[in-house]
Amino acid sequence: MAKQSSVDLSKTVIRMKDIVKTFGSFVANDHVNLTVHKGEVHAILGENGAGKSTLMNVLYGLYHPTSGTIEIDGKEVRIDSPQKAIDLGIGMVHQHFMLVQPFTVTENIILGTEPTKGIVVDTKKAREKIVELSDRYNLKVDPDAKIEDISVGMQQRVEILKVLYRNAEYLILDEPTASLTPQEITELIDIIHHLTADGKSVILITHKLKEIKAVADYCTIIRRGKYINTVDVSECDENKLAAMMVGRDVEFTVEKKEMTPGEVVLDVKDLHAKDYRKVEILKGLNLNVRRGEIVGLAGVDGNGQSELVEIITGLKKAESGEITMNGESIFNLTPKEIFDKSVTSIPEDRQKHGLVLDFSVAENLILQNFYKEPYAKSGILQNAAIEEHAGEMIEKFDIRPADSSQRPAGTLSGGNQQKVIIAREVTNDADLLIAVNPTRGLDVGAIEFVHKYIVEQRNKNKAILLVSFELDEIMNLSDRIEVIFDGQIVGSVPGKGADEKELGFMMAGGKKNE
Amino acid sequence: MSKKKIWNSNAIYTFLAILVGFVVGAVLLAAAGINPLVAYGKLFTGVFGKVKFVTWSIIYAAPLILTGLSVAFSFRTGVFNIGAEGQFVVGSLAACVVGILVKAPAPVHVLLCVAAAMAAGALWGAIVGVLKVKRGVNEVLSYIMFNWLAFYLSNFVVNLTVIHREGGGEATKDVAETARIMAPQALITATSCTAANWGIVIAIVAAVAIWFIIKKTTLGFQLRAVGFSRSAAEYAGINTNRMFLTAMAISGAMAGLGGAVQTLGMSGRISQFSSQEGFGFQGITVALIGASHPIGCIFAGLFYGAMKYGGGKLSLVNAPAEVVDIIMGTIIIFIAVSHVFKKLILGRAEKSKGGKQA
Amino acid sequence: MSELIKDLGLLINAMLIATPPLLFAALGSCFSERSGVVNIGIEGMMTIGAFTGAVVAYFTGNGWLGFLCGGLAGAAFGVIHAIACISFNADQTISGTAINFLAPGLAVFLCKALFDNSSDSPALDTAAKLPKMFNGVFKAGSFGYNVLNTYPVAYLCFALVLLVWFIFYKTRFGMRLRAVGEHPQACATLGIDVYRTRYICVIASGFLAGLGGAYVTLSTVSQFRPSVIVGQGFIAIAAVIFGNFKPQGAMKACLLFGFCNGVKALLGANNIVSPHLISMIPYVVTILALIFFVGGSRVPAANGKPFVKAK
Repeated sequence: MAKQSSVDLSKTVIRMKDIVKTFGSFVANDHVNLTVHKGEVHAILGENGAGKSTLMNVLYGLYHPTSGTIEIDGKEVRIDSPQKAIDLGIGMVHQHFMLVQPFTVTENIILGTEPTKGIVVDTKKAREKIVELSDRYNLKVDPDAKIEDISVGMQQRVEILKVLYRNAEYLILDEPTASLTPQEITELIDIIHHLTADGKSVILITHKLKEIKAVADYCTIIRRGKYINTVDVSECDENKLAAMMVGRDVEFTVEKKEMTPGEVVLDVKDLHAKDYRKVEILKGLNLNVRRGEIVGLAGVDGNGQSELVEIITGLKKAESGEITMNGESIFNLTPKEIFDKSVTSIPEDRQKHGLVLDFSVAENLILQNFYKEPYAKSGILQNAAIEEHAGEMIEKFDIRPADSSQRPAGTLSGGNQQKVIIAREVTNDADLLIAVNPTRGLDVGAIEFVHKYIVEQRNKNKAILLVSFELDEIMNLSDRIEVIFDGQIVGSVPGKGADEKELGFMMAGGKKNE
Repeated sequence: MSKKKIWNSNAIYTFLAILVGFVVGAVLLAAAGINPLVAYGKLFTGVFGKVKFVTWSIIYAAPLILTGLSVAFSFRTGVFNIGAEGQFVVGSLAACVVGILVKAPAPVHVLLCVAAAMAAGALWGAIVGVLKVKRGVNEVLSYIMFNWLAFYLSNFVVNLTVIHREGGGEATKDVAETARIMAPQALITATSCTAANWGIVIAIVAAVAIWFIIKKTTLGFQLRAVGFSRSAAEYAGINTNRMFLTAMAISGAMAGLGGAVQTLGMSGRISQFSSQEGFGFQGITVALIGASHPIGCIFAGLFYGAMKYGGGKLSLVNAPAEVVDIIMGTIIIFIAVSHVFKKLILGRAEKSKGGKQA
Repeated sequence: MSELIKDLGLLINAMLIATPPLLFAALGSCFSERSGVVNIGIEGMMTIGAFTGAVVAYFTGNGWLGFLCGGLAGAAFGVIHAIACISFNADQTISGTAINFLAPGLAVFLCKALFDNSSDSPALDTAAKLPKMFNGVFKAGSFGYNVLNTYPVAYLCFALVLLVWFIFYKTRFGMRLRAVGEHPQACATLGIDVYRTRYICVIASGFLAGLGGAYVTLSTVSQFRPSVIVGQGFIAIAAVIFGNFKPQGAMKACLLFGFCNGVKALLGANNIVSPHLISMIPYVVTILALIFFVGGSRVPAANGKPFVKAK
């Protein structure tokens, strides 16, 4: 990942000055500044919710700034719509891809600026231009494939092509590496270098320090909506960047006591399953988790992790294989039956699966146990007992605000929502805890909290299966790391001293060298 | 603070929507050359002028409260029961058939009719549920189909020789006296309303029961969880398909009960339909005005019942009774968009408050 | 043999009477649903179209003008639905329900106001209705008479399917309307005006539904009656879901309904089976078709979801 800089400091292309953006009483951007030069990769660093995306949505015309000015190529401009931004040469690749699933790659790229012959859309002409662009910037895509049939990596290339097709000079990439393999990330960095060499400027929104070091020339740090600093990346190390992002020194590693794993709790053997399109997604997967250990399942999104967890927890049926909990089969049972066999989980999507957002915190805390005493007696809910339980949990897990038991869970912050889930799942005291991307979208404080409870469960001699797309998280927490690729476990390494390069190699399908 | 509280409650927007509905109705009446004051005056005296009129309005309200409950209950569980119309029809049909063909002593006969009606409505709703759960059939679509199936089924049964009344009239025989739910003679005399019946009591009991199920039972907990978030409920081990079927069946049973009340109370028989009678569709309005709350449905049903009964008298002043439909439609639209006004008003209040601080 | 051909002629004739109103409304529904706005107000829009068509034709004596005005009346209610759903984010099903109260209510209200408190409008002269083609060419009751001596609009609506298909899949607007129904946020980031696109589609749906309603009163029924539409709007919506939200699919479904109606007309003439049971045929066929042939149709991803633009 050698860095090649093409910055032309004499040419300032984007200057955002004193940008303020408020939503009601909430200040998302509080006097933020940004200066970008021609041929530069400029990173914007900040925690989740720091206001990075808001700033970029202002630049892209999706939000209108409350105050502040924007200059493009030295001229002050008013960007009141994405169309205006596009006209000014600004293009944005959103974190959540903005692609129409049943449309083809070509249709997605030309949407909004369709070439026509008479009144008929001329896809042939568009296709030629797309092929030419993808050759020039080394962006491999199949112009005739439908989006719903292509990989995440290719979808991202479609997004970049969409921007280039509109002749963008300034590209905003919002968390572009979130769901890419280490290899795909390397390819992306290569693409970014192609772009800057061609005189284009790239703004990179991220919270990953390594990527900034690898690709960015300058970095602007935002914390809780406030502008902190802009630094030359070559003069900063990761710790310094992290301290500026969080506002204090950060401990990257998690304290763990030595433990010897006990007997096998979860045992998965030769598991086969198909995804919703009836394509085989799990191809004979074997995995076990023992008492007192955290098994980290490393892998790139889409290799069967979600399906594996759905099958273990009963949300999805498998084709064949064996799954046992403490020696008893839980294969293809219902979620309730599996829960009763001492399996509990922190789901990946807390708003979709973890919580009923319109339910109160108290109700969410008894979501699985609502029918048991003392919460219910002969089918009638016992509000006093439910309320008392909620009060205890709120105090013990420091859920804020402290009077939240009757508030809808949807009104809590992301970190506190996750605390509600953890309070519920940890209190179940099950033999197996499955945690799927348990810290996604949380700030540093909340991440530390979640990690602390996961390790605590392990220390209580529970079995933990940790599924995460964040390799750092897997390496920090796991006692043993299993790598999943294409529906199979392709390698297993001890957590201690695991090598990132080796893991990345296996995650991309390379076999472990003996 | 108290001012903000007022603008925060939903009731105020419902009242405003009702007001707007009447204003729109007035404008149309005036445009048609009818003095709105005269028309609304007639509407008012037509409802409150005599004890008899009030009684009639309540009789009109009872089946509407029940179809309103049916729709409100379905809303709570994330289903839109646009099929209450058909469930009402099969309910009244079942009550009618049992009321004519079965012989039983008074209280038992009523219970048999009511049970048959609720079972028929529940079945009509549950079939739609099964189609959705097992075959993924869009429920709005099958509800609409089942409304028409109920319509023609009813007309078919009405014309069967054992059911059809002898002599003239496209209607069934009268339901046996033992199956009727008429009020005691003293009350009928006092109100001088021959159709006075127990329907309103049944409706209120049903509303309280539905409220209790939703709020206080573990069944209600599961139904609400599924209604708010199917995915989270499923994750928590709740059998969502079973909850859907249960909800659709209970919802159907309420509409069926509404049909029984109409047949055993007011009409005593059913006639051949030429077009849909609309009890189920009116139930949607009742549920919306009642904010999908069971107790709210009682008041909303009384309101609609009064409008329906009073509206029938508008022809006496040469005003079309359809102004009631227009008022109701306007009310629904304004309730549906009221959340925007709420945000606007509360936002403005917030802003002016912030301004003072600065 | 000649009996068979005659029956076939009668069947086609019945299909040509029953299909066009459904098809107009179904094409309208396609526009609205594909752009992401659920419109169950189609029923009410058809009713106001039926009323307006009959009344305008009655007063002007011009069937074509009535037909057009029927469409415009439907479009007016399309505007109401669009304002409520697109600008005010109302629940689309609820807004549609309101339209189904408002439009028929207004139709009967105005009818009573205009025609001395009668809920039926006066019968139209043949001259004031839509014209038929091939008048006097065929012998009454013959195959040709039944199939060709009919309203050109009945054939026109099939040409309209082709036009809608062309708009949907070949033009810039069609591509955008389909995209808006799938992923409005993506469209907004590409500078497409989601609101404008949806407004056009919802108003178009009202216009087409209005035409469908007007066809009923200006061809077969010859007057407005409150029961003139009786659920045809809902059947049109069913046809669209059944036809997988595609104009060509909706046409097939409408033809199936029309065919069922033709069978109904033939069987009804014999009076062997109860007419009430025969009337159930279209509904039973739809349900069976949905159970056995459609494995859950693909609903546009953003269907029914309001789009809120950030400010």
